Amino acid sequence: MKEPGSAAPLADADLQDIEVELFVRALKLRHGYDFSQYAPASLKRRVLQLVQSQQVHTVSDLTTRLLHEPAFLPSVLEGLSVPVSEMFRDPEVFRALREHVFPVLASYPQINIWQAGCAHGQEVYSLAILLEEAGLYGRSQIYATDFNENALRHAQEGIYPAKEAQLWSRNYLAAGGSQSLADYYSARYELIKLDQRLRRHVIFANHNLVTDEVFCEAHLVLCRNVLIYFSDPLQDRTLALFRDSLVRGGFLCLGTRESLDFAPSAIDFTPVNAALRIYRLGPRLGAG
Amino acid sequence: MAAPQAIVVGCSAGGLAALELLFSALLPNLQQAIVVCSHTGSSTVELMCELLAQHATLPVVEASERAPLERGVIHVAPSGYHLLVEANRRFALSVDERVSYARPSIDVLFDSAAEAYRDALIGVVLTGANSDGAEGLARIRRNGGLAIVQDPADAEAAAMPTAALDIAGADYCVPLAAIAPLLNRLCLP
Repeated sequence: MKEPGSAAPLADADLQDIEVELFVRALKLRHGYDFSQYAPASLKRRVLQLVQSQQVHTVSDLTTRLLHEPAFLPSVLEGLSVPVSEMFRDPEVFRALREHVFPVLASYPQINIWQAGCAHGQEVYSLAILLEEAGLYGRSQIYATDFNENALRHAQEGIYPAKEAQLWSRNYLAAGGSQSLADYYSARYELIKLDQRLRRHVIFANHNLVTDEVFCEAHLVLCRNVLIYFSDPLQDRTLALFRDSLVRGGFLCLGTRESLDFAPSAIDFTPVNAALRIYRLGPRLGAG
Repeated sequence: MAAPQAIVVGCSAGGLAALELLFSALLPNLQQAIVVCSHTGSSTVELMCELLAQHATLPVVEASERAPLERGVIHVAPSGYHLLVEANRRFALSVDERVSYARPSIDVLFDSAAEAYRDALIGVVLTGANSDGAEGLARIRRNGGLAIVQDPADAEAAAMPTAALDIAGADYCVPLAAIAPLLNRLCLP
């Protein structure tokens, strides 16, 4: 620790850490969004990207605008959430959902699915297509939530760059899709728009995993590559939230590289497919 | 520079063969955590880990989310994610936008490791076909760490080491075969 008042110059990196901390504090105090429990390295990277994209000089400049310009908030939230995904990302996961999870879901008269952190909605539409093809969509309800209003609006529109379509079509087929992905969108200029009939059982809603409580009673919670941005305690809190939302025997699907090794709440879940991070609520059968 | 505690390595085109040679000549009693970020077209690095393990003197594993960096272990960045090192010296992943068309990005790994390890870090840039890693290597040097760049004349693809030299410079610019002996000397004085 430095002596208080010592004149030793601070390394740029240390100074930036202080600025990021103040920025996060300002965001919470001024607007109620709490990023203090986000994993620091990625958060810092995103804040520094905001400095660049907003063409200011320092993180402190961002903080000033955040405090004094209410209209600045959406840009900040957009920058901090960076919603990047693709349709049927990790196709083997969607294949496993179709082959091993849907048959269980089929036994419920009404199927509730919570997609937590839906970002721009690519996975919402992926899921709707899979359910449609499995003949289950008619009695399904998908709750797609995110804390970022812009992302939710984008998700509702279902419009994406056409250059993505080729990869997404490959993913769709690898996921076991029975038609052609092109059957589900219309292409126009440089854009594709997903068939809005796919939205008929989707409710888009604002929900913040950091501060909000249980959202619905769900048979399946999909939350892929969201918790990777959370610190250990916040990851654990969110897992407990999912546990409290799921029916007994309900499913949880995380990103394929996520680790539950540091989350005490993981004990409530049993792996169905450990490699693909598909779990079921309930005690592990047998020893271990 | 303090006693090195970690080594981060970046490469792309021609990287696998270079890594095999590098890791075959490291002393098996090195106490540093080693982290590799290689641009690979495949969807997993499982095969790459297996191939490297056949040559390496140290254990090779895929870097695992939230896990601590382990001394004397070679950690390989998973495919499709950025790999970051937190200040508490554990791994974190992100699916943020690609950086220089790459995910994992060498810059992202180097930047975060430079913050976590400061002057106890060695950055190594090997053969590769783009400029990823150059900014990260500059950050490592600014934070007091040490930079080793493969001599571009000796690299299968010269673009990456050339960019690193242009943007970051290097404390050592040597042929591939000289890098393992150099690391051994720097790490086990």
